[in-house]
Amino acid sequence: MPLNPKKTPMPSQDPKERIHNFNEVARGYTREMALAEAERCLQCKKSPCRQGCPVEVDIPAFIARLKEQDFDGAINKIKEKNNLPAICGRVCPQESQCEKYCTLAKKHEPVGIGRLERYLADYQLAKGEPSGMEKAPASGFKVAVIGSGPAGLTAAADLARMGHQVTVLEALHVPGGVLMYGIPEFRLPKKIVQQEIDTIRRLGVEIRTNAVVGKLTTVDELLENGYDAVFIGTGAGLPHFMGIPGENLLGVYSANEFLTRTNLMKAYLFPRYATPIKVGRRVAVIGAGNVAMDAARTALRLGAEESYIVYRRSAAEMPARKEEIEHAEEEGVQFHLLTSPVKFYGDDRGVVTGMTCQRFELGEPDASGRRRPVPIPGSEYEMPIDTVVIAIGQGPNPLVLQTTPGLELTRKGTIAADEATGATSRKGVFAGGDIVTGAATVILAMGAGKAAARAIDKYLREK
Amino acid sequence: MYRIVKKEVMSPVIKLMEVEAPAVAAKARAGQFIILRLDEEGERIPLTIADFNRSRGTITTIFQEVGYTTQRLGALEAGDGLADFVGPLGQPSEIENYGRVICVGGGVGVAPVYPIARALKEAGNEVISIIGARTKELLIWEDKMRAVSDELLVATDDGSYGHHGFVTDLLKQVLEEKGNVARVWGIGPVVMMRAVAETTRPFGVPTIVSMNPIMVDGTGMCGACRVSVGGETKFACVDGPEFDGHQVDWQLALRRMNMYKDEEQRILAAHEGGDCKCH
Repeated sequence: MPLNPKKTPMPSQDPKERIHNFNEVARGYTREMALAEAERCLQCKKSPCRQGCPVEVDIPAFIARLKEQDFDGAINKIKEKNNLPAICGRVCPQESQCEKYCTLAKKHEPVGIGRLERYLADYQLAKGEPSGMEKAPASGFKVAVIGSGPAGLTAAADLARMGHQVTVLEALHVPGGVLMYGIPEFRLPKKIVQQEIDTIRRLGVEIRTNAVVGKLTTVDELLENGYDAVFIGTGAGLPHFMGIPGENLLGVYSANEFLTRTNLMKAYLFPRYATPIKVGRRVAVIGAGNVAMDAARTALRLGAEESYIVYRRSAAEMPARKEEIEHAEEEGVQFHLLTSPVKFYGDDRGVVTGMTCQRFELGEPDASGRRRPVPIPGSEYEMPIDTVVIAIGQGPNPLVLQTTPGLELTRKGTIAADEATGATSRKGVFAGGDIVTGAATVILAMGAGKAAARAIDKYLREK
Repeated sequence: MYRIVKKEVMSPVIKLMEVEAPAVAAKARAGQFIILRLDEEGERIPLTIADFNRSRGTITTIFQEVGYTTQRLGALEAGDGLADFVGPLGQPSEIENYGRVICVGGGVGVAPVYPIARALKEAGNEVISIIGARTKELLIWEDKMRAVSDELLVATDDGSYGHHGFVTDLLKQVLEEKGNVARVWGIGPVVMMRAVAETTRPFGVPTIVSMNPIMVDGTGMCGACRVSVGGETKFACVDGPEFDGHQVDWQLALRRMNMYKDEEQRILAAHEGGDCKCH
């Protein structure tokens, strides 16, 4: 059979339809599609794809099993390394990880590794059978994991598999962190997240919700009360604002609030769900990362007639994944590039009605290697808008950090932790994910959780 | 589930609920708040802690039925459960021996003033308390406040009990007559707290108010609870809820409180008469 140079396309909802609902955009491969895509894998000896996976999945091995139609064998191969495959298959930036290194990618499109992972994970979840995740004999050690986002869940699952007794402390009322409050339903259905978390619970991991560490208890109290080690994976939960006039007008949201109301609190089902959200006719999202794309696409689904991405650099510098930008474009999100607000203004009730923007041009590269946006004097103009979402990034939430004496921080306010082990300046305290790196991706946080679990295991057994 | 162990109807629209939450009770301090959620479809609402009992493992809150969620909460009885109950959130009050202090509570705001007055009294302060309500039947916790105060003054807007007028009339009197007041706490509706701050301003007495804006997570994650204090944006949930009343932007606070008034009408209409019309 000649090699198909292109990936098997992902069936997805028509953009015209999907902007009116919160159902998942990408519908997932059928069995035939998955098998056809698996055939494209060359099973090359070097398997360079593996170096691109932060959680070390044996990619050629799982695809080989899939080719043989050993679906259970294939998913269990993935689960040897990855506890959250249905999530990773949906939100990992495969194009800059495994698929980037795929041998096929030199001449053609790479194998759709992420799509295959998702297919297999969904196959197992649909079967409703617990996965074949193995567990080591009980070690007698107890570990507390703070935060139940991607880093915490991965660390918890791996530690449980290593035989440790794990308790996860989550501040919100459901576990999942950014997977629940941040990433929209149409990209990552919340039912899938909860099913994956249930799998982790079945490993014996106890998850305590409504447990705000820094308030209800502290890292030191956990260590005093029987926990042998603590992993901090509290994420990047502090929204950045721009610090320009008018930012507190009604209708100006942080992306965190906008997405949390919609995803976690299900404001899109108001008034059946009691949490409201206000979305006007024209919505401007400031920023061009994945969170900004999520917000702009969410705004359309909440009834906005026009949804804008407003970004001070050019298209080439947009930090969002290409796929997310394409989805936003397909759905009619308008891109206002090389421009940024300098001021918001409102009516006599304090409701935002517009913003004064300034145009930018690109100058010399800055510290991030991207060309620096330079404001053009006298280029100010007004843009009428009804709702603003500020999506210019998040910082580390300080609740745990402020209440943990002796925990060394970086200049950015993140936890100073060893990259390979997650070890912090405090003995027995490890950290990983966005609380260490600053806002990054789900899979990098999972990689950090995995590395920390290994280091914690070593620490406990040598204790 | 967090069980309601006691309910008290203090007036047709003011209810007290004591909720079993031992871990929260173990850590709660005066000035802090909790967030609760009734059920799966519920919103997260913040309520200031009115009392805590570490040995019983309970937190007491007092609330006025002002909208959909507080009305549903008010309809629950002892023995019922709440889906979620998170806390203690926010910074505790700064309790020291300041000397002579005044604690002013208006309406249901008397409830959160109580643990502060008690803590101030225990710290050795001379506590003068001023409590008030629109009318006598809306006045709460007079006895409890008297028990933790050196002096208690009462006002009702309609004159049905105590001084005929506002708590700020009494506050002004005390400031004029007594002098030497080190600090004032004022908790109640936004307009009342603003009035307290304006009353103390000419006397130059530091005045603490407790902001209760709309919140979602209550842990500094969303910024819904932004307040402007001295020209700086603060998050009431983690930086507060107590702030310097002389520095608070009251107009902004009032506007942000009322942000979802239309939606409040919509949800009440949708669920009218206990019949939900939105399922």
